[in-house]
Amino acid sequence: MGTGLLLALLVVPLVGALVVAFLKNDDRTAKVTALAVTLVEFVLAVLLWVSYEPGGARIQFSSSVDWIGQLGIHLSFGVDGIALVMIGVIALLVPIVVGSSWADRLPTGRSAGGFLSLILVQEALMVGVFAATDVFLFYVLFEIMLIPMYFLIGGYGGPRRQYAAVKFFLYSFLGGLIMLASAIGCYSLAADKLGHGTFDWAQLVTVVREAPLGTQVWLFFGFFLAFAIKAPLVPLHTWLPDAAEQAPIGVAVILVGVLDKVGTFGFLRYLLPMFPDASKALAPLVLVLGVIGVLYGSLLAVGQSDLKRLIAYVSIAHFGFIAIGIFAFTSQSEVGAVSYMVNHSIATGMLILVIGMVIARGGSTKIADYGGMSKLTPVLAGLFLVAGLSTLSLPGTNSFVSEFLVLLGSYPTQPVYSVLATIGMILAALYVLWLYQRVMQGPVRGNALVGVSGGPGAATDPEKAAVTDLNKRELVVLAPLVLLIVVLGVYPKPVLDVVGPSVTATMQAVGVADAVPAQEGK
Amino acid sequence: MTDISAVGSYAWLLLVLPLVGAVILLLAGKAANKWGHLLGCATVLAAFVYGVILFFDTTGHDAAHRVSELHLFSWIPVQALQVDFGLRLDPLSVTFVLLITGVGSLIHIYSIGYMSHDDGRRRFFAYLNLFVAAMLLLVLGNGFVTLYFGWEGVGLASYLLIGWYQNRPSAATAAKKAFLMNRVGDVGLAVAIFLMFANLGTTQYTDVFAKINTLPTGTVLAISLLLLLGACGKSGQFPLQAWLPDAMEGPTPVSALIHAATMVTAGVYLVARSNPIYNLTEDGRLVVTIIGTITLLIGCIVGCAYDDIKKVLAYSTVSQIGYMILGVGLGPIGYALGIVHLLTHGFFKAGLFLGAGSVMHGMNDEVDMRKFGGLYKRMPITFVTFGLGYLALIGFPGLSGYFSKDAIIEAAFSQEGWRGWVFGGAAMLGVALTAFYMTRLMLMTFFGKERWKDLKSSDGKDFHPHESPAVMTVPMIILAIGSIGAGWFLTSGNRLADWLSPTLGQLQEHGEGPIPGIGLTVISLALMVIGAGLAWVFVGRKDVPVEKPAKVSWPVRAARADLYGNAINEALFAKPGEVLTRGLVVLDDKGVDGAVTGLAGTLGFLSSVLRRTQTGFVRSYALTMLGGSVLVVAALLMVRFS
Repeated sequence: MGTGLLLALLVVPLVGALVVAFLKNDDRTAKVTALAVTLVEFVLAVLLWVSYEPGGARIQFSSSVDWIGQLGIHLSFGVDGIALVMIGVIALLVPIVVGSSWADRLPTGRSAGGFLSLILVQEALMVGVFAATDVFLFYVLFEIMLIPMYFLIGGYGGPRRQYAAVKFFLYSFLGGLIMLASAIGCYSLAADKLGHGTFDWAQLVTVVREAPLGTQVWLFFGFFLAFAIKAPLVPLHTWLPDAAEQAPIGVAVILVGVLDKVGTFGFLRYLLPMFPDASKALAPLVLVLGVIGVLYGSLLAVGQSDLKRLIAYVSIAHFGFIAIGIFAFTSQSEVGAVSYMVNHSIATGMLILVIGMVIARGGSTKIADYGGMSKLTPVLAGLFLVAGLSTLSLPGTNSFVSEFLVLLGSYPTQPVYSVLATIGMILAALYVLWLYQRVMQGPVRGNALVGVSGGPGAATDPEKAAVTDLNKRELVVLAPLVLLIVVLGVYPKPVLDVVGPSVTATMQAVGVADAVPAQEGK
Repeated sequence: MTDISAVGSYAWLLLVLPLVGAVILLLAGKAANKWGHLLGCATVLAAFVYGVILFFDTTGHDAAHRVSELHLFSWIPVQALQVDFGLRLDPLSVTFVLLITGVGSLIHIYSIGYMSHDDGRRRFFAYLNLFVAAMLLLVLGNGFVTLYFGWEGVGLASYLLIGWYQNRPSAATAAKKAFLMNRVGDVGLAVAIFLMFANLGTTQYTDVFAKINTLPTGTVLAISLLLLLGACGKSGQFPLQAWLPDAMEGPTPVSALIHAATMVTAGVYLVARSNPIYNLTEDGRLVVTIIGTITLLIGCIVGCAYDDIKKVLAYSTVSQIGYMILGVGLGPIGYALGIVHLLTHGFFKAGLFLGAGSVMHGMNDEVDMRKFGGLYKRMPITFVTFGLGYLALIGFPGLSGYFSKDAIIEAAFSQEGWRGWVFGGAAMLGVALTAFYMTRLMLMTFFGKERWKDLKSSDGKDFHPHESPAVMTVPMIILAIGSIGAGWFLTSGNRLADWLSPTLGQLQEHGEGPIPGIGLTVISLALMVIGAGLAWVFVGRKDVPVEKPAKVSWPVRAARADLYGNAINEALFAKPGEVLTRGLVVLDDKGVDGAVTGLAGTLGFLSSVLRRTQTGFVRSYALTMLGGSVLVVAALLMVRFS
């Protein structure tokens, strides 16, 4: 049953996309259909989660058919715990994105059907990229996945959307090409060793991990560059602020919440098991980049004057934490990193959504155009703060568990990096609370608000009615995220348990084990 | 460790009651405006009632069977790390439960009156409830991670309540400052937890304390200092003291509950709770006492210079917590003394803040004491209850502070060599200064000319001072009774110290210092009289000028500037941070983006493609493909030849 569910998860959004694409003239039907499809997808993902056995096989629900037989390329799918939680995140976020985009004003000449159809294609491809168990298939999906995103940013985004879309595409695409080179390298290694080339992940792992360190390092870098662009590590991050700034809010949620996680997922699924020696040898490099990401991203988040760019830099800081967790090689840091991937999607996803709701009211993305908004929209302000508190990893929210695990888990093996990254905790409090102070607290002020709240001043849009608090649709969109932030903060065990065995398997593949403290004598 | 008792197995109610109150108040919206405050009071009162039952249940067992743990669920289990979500019921935590829910209930009730004119009263009670729940988790949690949960939870509540008056920009700034400076301390606490896990494989109290003596002294010292950093943040100790006076931006009941009686004493709790760690490191304890001593002096000195009644009390709190930290830093001779002073201080300082709130309530929320004067006639109950708190604080014989503070001073003097003289001497000097600033406050507020008659409050209204309603004065009266009797009650026959001994160990007798105990008592009484007398000389015997004198000597200028604590923070962190951040933004926009894009450009695609964004995507795509293919071939060759 599980295999069927996984295939259904791939097919349902594609079929949905096709149907929605034909509803160009009826926006409302298109929206309802898309929402229904994404909700079906969500139910399927829940069923998949329930069917998954955490202690079972390394890859479950496997299926495979020949694709390009001569080259040993298959359409193979299957999931481990890490892929499973990411598919869960996709299935959770996409219906929320559809709901949040419900009232978006689209550029002239564009229909909701077109937009939602792209979103659904994107969903199918994202599920595919996490579920692929053939390296070539993974590469193909990794690249194809860029196309709907390119059109979503370039077609529906802000004023500089063309520039941002092309920059996004080229960065990712180039990274992907380099990865392809590496993958072909792996293929030829397999051809030498096994007598026949293959792209099957499980087979490649057994072959490539035996390669000498020098070869591993070259191949490692091919994959690493692609992933480090995707889950942006400094200095390969500069496409993200532009893309996040220009993308429509819902698309930004998908981009930052899910798409970027393919990078850190790649670290875990491809880099560590396939190139264990290179991973260990190059860990210091990644750790340094991770710490730089945390501190540099946080400081830049403090310095931003644009709401959406600020979130991009926050994410860069968070990806730094994830990279540190993955390359610190302890159970706690790895599990922390994977749960960070989930929790970052939820927390940052919510932060982007509430910021989108602020922008929808004020019509500006500049922080300076707002002020004292909590007086006009207390509920929005409260939920803004909830998202912010999760972003700064307050205990009791989901993000605390993952950040704490990453830092605590990194300490035994990498105390210096762990302590340096801990400084990011202070900076996080600064960028979140200062943002909240500037947008929400104090007297009502700012060009985006003053004109509409009755006082004197020039509103950016004189036609605009008074700023109102959240409506029912917006509350429904945010409610599941608030619930998850609290529930996973207090009871994270369901996620930790699903992820744990896959992390253990990954660590065994790398050949690392937790150091047991000498005093542990129970 | 004993099995949990039947009563103890319901201890989760302590967290759930106030928390459910908070959640209902937040979710119910305006519908709950009518009864919201009552629900808030009811839940905390119910927690108090349960706390009292729990207390008697615990005293019902003999001393050897008063420590138990209630396991609730597994919170963060990952391989060797098993963070339990559980409660530790022992004399120390039960004592705090009584303090938090008891004082908490009184302040909840008082707030019904104090906040009666505030539109957001329901939300205010939700935040107060949230605070009580988090504070209870802080003291009840059975490991350092659950403590950390409560620790940052109270920080959130504090943040929300300091920033209560949202349209005052200064309130928002103060709230943010408090949270940030606390986070600096929290980093210390977090790294201490990392060290415990890395070296001991656990973060639960029982296991950590059982194994801590196997660690090398250097590691134990590091853990103790990192914990102290956490304590400094939360308890406003040097060098992280600057946020606490600013926290007075919050409504006065908040100042009483969070920033005087409970949350800010969490650092003292942390050191006392970690006594098995501090017992092993004399150097660690020495640093604790030094921090306590410095802070108690800073608090006293600055307290003498302010005219804002709440700020004087805030610096008084900084200073009194300094005494507590000094006390617990003395180790087995002082842990219990620090806790005793924490409890008596909880009574009289909460009472003083509620009294100040009552004054403000009758005086259009004015805080400038130069506009007060002669209020004893208008607010007799406030005057008497405040006066008793005042006497307790300055250590008037027979009242609470006399017992609890003198014990710490005596213990400090018993330290060997220079330590006794320095710590004891500083604590003694603090007595005179405390008497000075508190007497000055009393004289300026309740005695002398009725200066408010010819003045207007800062919002331009006339003053009509009046006594507060019973809902406010009754809590003040109850706290005043505590200010009178708590010290004697808790110390006679070492009552509290013995009760706490299962957690803190027996309170050890300290040796005789250079000055015998009775001599110290006489000296401290003399210093108290001198301090109070000087205040009368400076403030009491002549009219208080309505305008703050501008030409003052440098010590007064320094004290008015908080001994330059803020200026130092500004120069060391804020300004350089601002420059760094601005620089990085420019670097990232121009430098990194340019460099990476440029680097790719030299490979032949990116920059040209970007420039021709508008001219046709397909051509660029083809070009990229071409370039990519070159790379593919190159990479293949490399693999072949490596």
